[in-house]
Amino acid sequence: MKGSLLVAGLVACCAVAQAQDKLTLDGSTTVGPIAKAFAEFYMRQNPGVNITVSESGSGNGAKALLNGTCDIANLSRNLKDAERKAMEEKGVKPVEHTVAFDALPVIVHPSNRVKGLTLEQVRDIYTGKITNWKEVGGADQRIVVISRDTNSGTYETFKDLVLGKDNKILESAEYTGSNGGVRQRVQMTRGAIGYAGLGFVDRTVKALEINGVAPCAESVVQKRYPISRALFMFTNGEPAADTLAAKFIGLSKTARGKEIIEEIGFVPVP
Amino acid sequence: MSSGAIMRRKTIGFLGRSFLFAVTSVAAVAVFAIILFIARDALPFFRDRTSLEFFVSKSWYPSHTPPQFGAAAIFFGSFLVTAAAVILAVPSGVMAAICLSDILPFKARQLVKPVIEILAAIPSVVYGFFALTVVAPFLQNAGEWLPGNIEIASGVNALNASVILAIMALPTIVSVSEDALQAAGRELREGSYALGATRSETLLKVVIPAAFSGIFSAVLLGIMRAMGETMVVWMASGNAAQIPKPWYNLLQPVRTLTATIAGDMGEADQMSGSAHYHVLFVMGLCLLLFSFGCNIAGEWVVARQRKKLRGE
Repeated sequence: MKGSLLVAGLVACCAVAQAQDKLTLDGSTTVGPIAKAFAEFYMRQNPGVNITVSESGSGNGAKALLNGTCDIANLSRNLKDAERKAMEEKGVKPVEHTVAFDALPVIVHPSNRVKGLTLEQVRDIYTGKITNWKEVGGADQRIVVISRDTNSGTYETFKDLVLGKDNKILESAEYTGSNGGVRQRVQMTRGAIGYAGLGFVDRTVKALEINGVAPCAESVVQKRYPISRALFMFTNGEPAADTLAAKFIGLSKTARGKEIIEEIGFVPVP
Repeated sequence: MSSGAIMRRKTIGFLGRSFLFAVTSVAAVAVFAIILFIARDALPFFRDRTSLEFFVSKSWYPSHTPPQFGAAAIFFGSFLVTAAAVILAVPSGVMAAICLSDILPFKARQLVKPVIEILAAIPSVVYGFFALTVVAPFLQNAGEWLPGNIEIASGVNALNASVILAIMALPTIVSVSEDALQAAGRELREGSYALGATRSETLLKVVIPAAFSGIFSAVLLGIMRAMGETMVVWMASGNAAQIPKPWYNLLQPVRTLTATIAGDMGEADQMSGSAHYHVLFVMGLCLLLFSFGCNIAGEWVVARQRKKLRGE
């Protein structure tokens, strides 16, 4: 009798401790690295806190928030109407927190005469409808299409924002294993076009204006640059200021949090 | 000698033999374990996908929804790069071996052979780096002064990968062929000279036929080296899953089996056991079977040659 009481007490204690020191995140593989870096930083600062980050995709993140299996859902897009409706019916009140912005500059060789393209032109180049630079106002030169490998989040972002769901990259496109690799190929190849994270654009390549807007932190934050998107963390209701969830999301507004976001290659929220 | 000493010696002998047997077994068991585990993860692919799609279709879009796993273009890429590398490396490698073994003076051979063998010691990622930063720009500029002013839009292509693979296969081919030519022996050569044959006749009609099985093994090793190389093709071939137009056009990028496995492994989800994960193991299994085929063919040729030399 005494023993079982003790056990019950212990279990109760554990449950209380868990509720305060445990945070579960699920969702986008794009936001995942930010959440993981935040979790690592936060757990080092506050030993005893346990934060788990799963990356099962934005859709599954929304589902997890709906079912209450995660505290924070990471999404690389906003909630769909159907998802909002389902949450409303279940009494879940999604609150969005923009933690960072994601942008992909389209880069070409510095000698390329083309200054900018429309989003449609970029899509047509990557799907193989436009194959020569002269078709978009450049020199008579074959376009060498360079993509990140399908393994990368960068590729996923590009696919989502430029290609759309049903379009495939042309089969003669070259694939390169890193952002640096794409930049290096573009530097050396006169007819090349590629895309890489904002942090990888330097003077050795030319970043194109898309729909007349040059990619930079400012145009991304103002949501004018088309190949960019906000990255969200969703909570069920606004978390109270002293909760772990609020502190965790609040990291994105701190100087160190912004540094972490930049290190991973995203644009912090100003 | 006392019976104790005999016992001790016997025990030590037994232990020594057991140890060597165990070490040999580890190697043999490892080979079987590798085949077993690769096959175990490869076969589920065919549970919900047809082998027809895999071997015949050219549509390789593993990340599309729904995904497409047509590997015909990738098989062709592996074949094209390997074949071109073999065409470049085998004649020059065998000729270099003949030169080293029968034409150069002994001192020169002692100097040249280690230098060639150093090629084998360079890590493949260094070759890849070389391909990307030296060979690729060179090829891009080479198009301008080639006859017909061929436009080489991208220096990262099948030719680039083949050239580097040929360089990497050379030391194996040269070294093993040269050993085979040396093993043909002085008596054979002197016997030929004694019958009045000239040096070139001796080389072409006596020494090379005698060393044929060794040279053949060297070529096979070179082919397997080129086929299995990963890092260089991942960096130098462009990784475009296409059959070049026309098919022998080495100046277009291609994708190989090895590069696909290396490049897609991280993406393929092991936990959920996706088709994308299993298809990479199917590719691994195909590569393994190819190596096995090469090995068995090699054994067969060597055995046949030995019989012929014995005059049976």
